[in-house]
Amino acid sequence: MGFEEIPHTADWSIRVWAQDLEGLLAESARGMNWLAGAELAEEPRIKQTFETVEPDGESLLVALLSELVYYAEQENIGFDHFVIEIKNDTLKVEMEGAPLKSLSKAIKAVTWHKLEIRESARGLEVEIVFDV
Amino acid sequence: MNIQDLTRISDTEWEIPKSFRHDMRVPVRIFATRKLLEQVMNDRSLEQAVNSATLPGLVGAVVVMPDMHQGYGFPIGGVAATEYPGGVISPGGIGYDINCGVRLLASQIEFESAKKDMDMLATRLNQRCPSGVGKAGVIRVSVKELDEVLEEGSHWARKNGYATEADLARTEETGSVKGADPASVSDRAKKRGREQIGSVGAGNHFVEVDVVEQIFDERAAAVMGLREGMLALQIHCGSRGLGHQVCTDYVREFQGAVRKYGIDLPDRELVCAPLDSPEGQAYLGAMRAAANFAFANRQLLAHSARKAFEETFAGKVENWHLHQVYDIAHNMGKIETHEIDGAQMKVCVHRKGATRAFGPGAPGLPPEYKAIGQPVIIPGSMGTASWVLVGTEESMVRSFGSSCHGAGRVMSRSKAKKTVRGDQLRRELEQDGIQVRAGSMPGLAEEAPSAYKDVDAVVQTVSSAGIARKVARLKPVAVVKG
Repeated sequence: MGFEEIPHTADWSIRVWAQDLEGLLAESARGMNWLAGAELAEEPRIKQTFETVEPDGESLLVALLSELVYYAEQENIGFDHFVIEIKNDTLKVEMEGAPLKSLSKAIKAVTWHKLEIRESARGLEVEIVFDV
Repeated sequence: MNIQDLTRISDTEWEIPKSFRHDMRVPVRIFATRKLLEQVMNDRSLEQAVNSATLPGLVGAVVVMPDMHQGYGFPIGGVAATEYPGGVISPGGIGYDINCGVRLLASQIEFESAKKDMDMLATRLNQRCPSGVGKAGVIRVSVKELDEVLEEGSHWARKNGYATEADLARTEETGSVKGADPASVSDRAKKRGREQIGSVGAGNHFVEVDVVEQIFDERAAAVMGLREGMLALQIHCGSRGLGHQVCTDYVREFQGAVRKYGIDLPDRELVCAPLDSPEGQAYLGAMRAAANFAFANRQLLAHSARKAFEETFAGKVENWHLHQVYDIAHNMGKIETHEIDGAQMKVCVHRKGATRAFGPGAPGLPPEYKAIGQPVIIPGSMGTASWVLVGTEESMVRSFGSSCHGAGRVMSRSKAKKTVRGDQLRRELEQDGIQVRAGSMPGLAEEAPSAYKDVDAVVQTVSSAGIARKVARLKPVAVVKG
């Protein structure tokens, strides 16, 4: 499980890999936090549940990351712990985080550009482009 | 793709023929010199232009400007027109920052006599114009007021004392796009917008004080009120979180629309819906509402900038007023009439990182600009020149009345951060006489001038190609960034 930055002329992009879809979503969230330079306060810890139904893994990924973009910008909350369950097309995430101490970069949106979850030697792999 | 795949039309114009890939519906027409083209051969700009050429209902060609660079879905610097109402609209072809644009205001304050006040002016602009990650705006509006902003744009600002009639007359669409539908904007988007109206944001957005360095067209400059040696001000920002959420919502929804309408595309970011479908109409209404929010946003910032000028210069100069030159969008979808293959046709023009550049006599321009063409504002990268151009008759027939929108990035943000130190860049800019107020040093480094193409070369290309004409060159003297 891991992520790495891929050069992009104007925006930000990461490559993420994990053994399964649940792990891929959690690692993508961590990768996005890293790109945004999110630094969380030690407390109070905040718990939140996110649930959605989407037709495929890519849609689930965009839905979760878009939710996190919203929380960071609007509620000033970052999440660093995720318990993810995917059954059929339903995603349920128990997230835990804290108020953001700082955020060095505003991620405007999670794009669908060439978004494709594919199997690789590292399990599942995806490249995500963020609009900044 | 390499340059050999392109057909050279002239020194500044190239074509990727429709035959290049089986799924292209129209060719791609590129305005660039060989040197500018070579700079983008290593990124995905042209591949993205080819992908854009697969949208249903396209007419003419997909047009790409010399400031092109890799985006997502469409390339930045891309223009595409679809038949109206039979064609499609693609939210990704307009972008997340709906109606990101630039406003130029000019003054009668001589830079030489105001030089000593630049430090104070930069500080006051920084205080008056909130910038940075997630920063709240200068006002907070109620839910009802926000709906009025979404429907009326800058006209709402005028009713509430933030704009003059002259400001509205010199704004694209008078700052109020008709057909906006606040009901098509999600509650989440509205929640993001309520707190952010009147804020610059982060990234490449800025408020910049410039001095008019050189005039190339005396007549047009006089009409615009631009005089050599005088201060001017640019505001570059868009629809903030509200626009980002509108695009996010509709790109998600249109994933289903392409299945419903049987549209096959090479990239999910290009998803679209027929303009006359319920989905297309809903997006059109929401996109126009977000565009109105952006017009009002820049209007509120102009109001704040005027206060900063007043606080700095009142009692020191006779006239400290900033009059509006023009406000123009560079991420927008517009229903316009253009000449296609010799016939007038109503089309939906998608401009993604491209500026409308209507020529003399075009509809919708204020009377004084009907004679000279619409002002086109090209912000440079911080530390380099910006340009004021006008649209031409040529732009109307060759580029759907469009031109470039900036210098265009050439270096990735991560590479810029590795090669440039924000604090060092700030010192260098200040040594060059540019006051800098920046919320984030890494953010400043990402926007270093070396990360961008040569704006003069970009402008020379559109000028040589005939799709815009030079009016004035501006030099930065103070920059406020998030």
